[in-house]
Amino acid sequence: MASISSVIFYILIFLSVYVQVFFFVTFLENRKKIVIRNGKIKLAKYPAVTIVVSCWNEEKTVYKTVRSLLNLNYPKNKLKIFLIDDGSTDNTWNILRKFEKYPNIKVFHKENGGKYTALNLGLENMKSDFFGGLDADSFADPESLIRIMSFFEKDPSIMAVAPSVTINDSKNIVQRAQKAEYHMGIYFRKMLGFLGAINVTPGPLTIFRKKVFDDLGSYRHGHNTEDMEIAYRMQKNSYKIEHCNDAYVYTNTPTTIRKLYKQRLRWIYGFVNNTIDYRSVLFKKKYGNFAFFTLPMGIISVISIPYLFGRMIYSLGDFLYSKITVLNTIGFHFTIKNFNFDTFFINMQSFAFLIVLIYFLIIFSIIFGRKMTEGKWGLSLDVIYFFPIFSIIAPFWFMKAVYNTILSKKPAWR
Amino acid sequence: MNNNIDWKKYLIVFLITVSLFLTASYVSNYFSNQKINQLKSIQDKIAIDILSSETQFSLLSELSCKNISDSVFSGELGELGSKLEWSQQNLGATEEVSYLQKYYSLLEIKDYLLAKKISARCGVKSAFILYFYTTAENCSECERQGIVLTTLRDKYPELRVYSFDYSIELSAVKAMLKIYKIKDTELPALVLDDELLTGFHPIDELEKKVQESFKLQETKPEVTPKKILNPQIAP
Repeated sequence: MASISSVIFYILIFLSVYVQVFFFVTFLENRKKIVIRNGKIKLAKYPAVTIVVSCWNEEKTVYKTVRSLLNLNYPKNKLKIFLIDDGSTDNTWNILRKFEKYPNIKVFHKENGGKYTALNLGLENMKSDFFGGLDADSFADPESLIRIMSFFEKDPSIMAVAPSVTINDSKNIVQRAQKAEYHMGIYFRKMLGFLGAINVTPGPLTIFRKKVFDDLGSYRHGHNTEDMEIAYRMQKNSYKIEHCNDAYVYTNTPTTIRKLYKQRLRWIYGFVNNTIDYRSVLFKKKYGNFAFFTLPMGIISVISIPYLFGRMIYSLGDFLYSKITVLNTIGFHFTIKNFNFDTFFINMQSFAFLIVLIYFLIIFSIIFGRKMTEGKWGLSLDVIYFFPIFSIIAPFWFMKAVYNTILSKKPAWR
Repeated sequence: MNNNIDWKKYLIVFLITVSLFLTASYVSNYFSNQKINQLKSIQDKIAIDILSSETQFSLLSELSCKNISDSVFSGELGELGSKLEWSQQNLGATEEVSYLQKYYSLLEIKDYLLAKKISARCGVKSAFILYFYTTAENCSECERQGIVLTTLRDKYPELRVYSFDYSIELSAVKAMLKIYKIKDTELPALVLDDELLTGFHPIDELEKKVQESFKLQETKPEVTPKKILNPQIAP
């Protein structure tokens, strides 16, 4: 009789295969709709856009962030930039003040209250029909905004457009691992866009129609993931979110495992808690694929990643235990043995094939995500870093996020 | 807003996933069968080897031990043992695996009887250990005893270890249990030179006993022994 643990294991494998196949089928259905524009484009009309850069101790990167906005290929008189210092204690405020001389830049200073409060200050002061934020650690590609705005032009029902967020500079192994992951993320977001089921409107340069905030209210704390909360709220109210795959935003990523862990803990904690807040949406037909695919998929990962990791640790423990038993029993008895490789001992259980299949589909998503961002086919070496680093560390932030949720412990921003 | 759920797609993806599962389990079964077939063919080879050795021994029993060739002992018994153990753990305790296990035990007994006969008649340097363990319950001492025996066997190629699962439903094994009066409460149990040893025995102690067993053999040589033995099994 199969044990309960094996049954759970196979159910989770089944669901994981289902999710990957679902993405792949969505890709096959929509692959011709994925357009990558290389040159400059023009719009019939250039609506006014306000972009808010909220900063909290970002002295190292904010200058470059603002410069990237000033370099956007968009009429200067149609682009208003708000630089908001959210109570920084470093030199950020002095750097921001240097930009006061630009006619389309307005500088604000407020007491520290969290990113969502800075964005709301921007919302209060805006006069345009379009609004967006740009995190002070990210840099917009010159063509990004105009490509995003082209989506609003062709479809008035679109309420928000998310860009492709990719890595600014990958200097070390941790960042290179994230690069592969961001490529995968771009592919998944594009597919979720086709399904009308995007669950995050990323802080770096998602552009919204002002109507979203007029109708649904301003930003909320959203468990430190205000960009996720607003996307959930929009989905709940059937506001269309699109993904513009050729609008590139480059972001600085955590340089160490510790920083990466903190960032992802915040994201997953945000996912778990926003999903709990919006649980009424789950499996309700009127909320579409968001309710039937995106949220269940996230819940499956929160369960399966720690579970599969636990199983892996158990097997590893078992292996180590047997080695320790050998050592305890016979001590260091080295005998020369023939280490002939025998294919007989290769595990050919069905789950092994399914796990290989999942890995293939993930590798495909990384390859295609890279194609969408860098225009190159092929697998970069980043994948070699991605699998071990994320397989070992990710289960910990998943488990900690669940643990924190149970104990109502809120993770810090940094 | 894309609120129209494409149920057909959900169903198609479900069917694709199910067929992937079925394919995976078909492929897995195919390889399992291949492995079982491989085990069977090893067993057949061993059976032929033993039969051939028995015949050779009978034919030459009147003649000198010089004529006993290097190939009288089947070398594949050890390989079969480890492959069967792996199969039990990874392919599950299927009927086929347990059938193979029984056949293997029989081959072990036959090999033991023949090897003992040859050794006695020709004074080949050798020692025999019959090892009884259990898989019916968690027997950590059996596990440790198995490790000790494997190490000894690797160190002394002339040592032949025959391992038997106490709970196996095979009359020949049951007969051995009766002969040596082995009880399930005393596992692991070893028989070395007709001496019954119960419970776990550390490597140093067993090594001494094995060496003594070799000395016993050496006191009554009829001819110069040829190196004819291969490493044998442990569970």
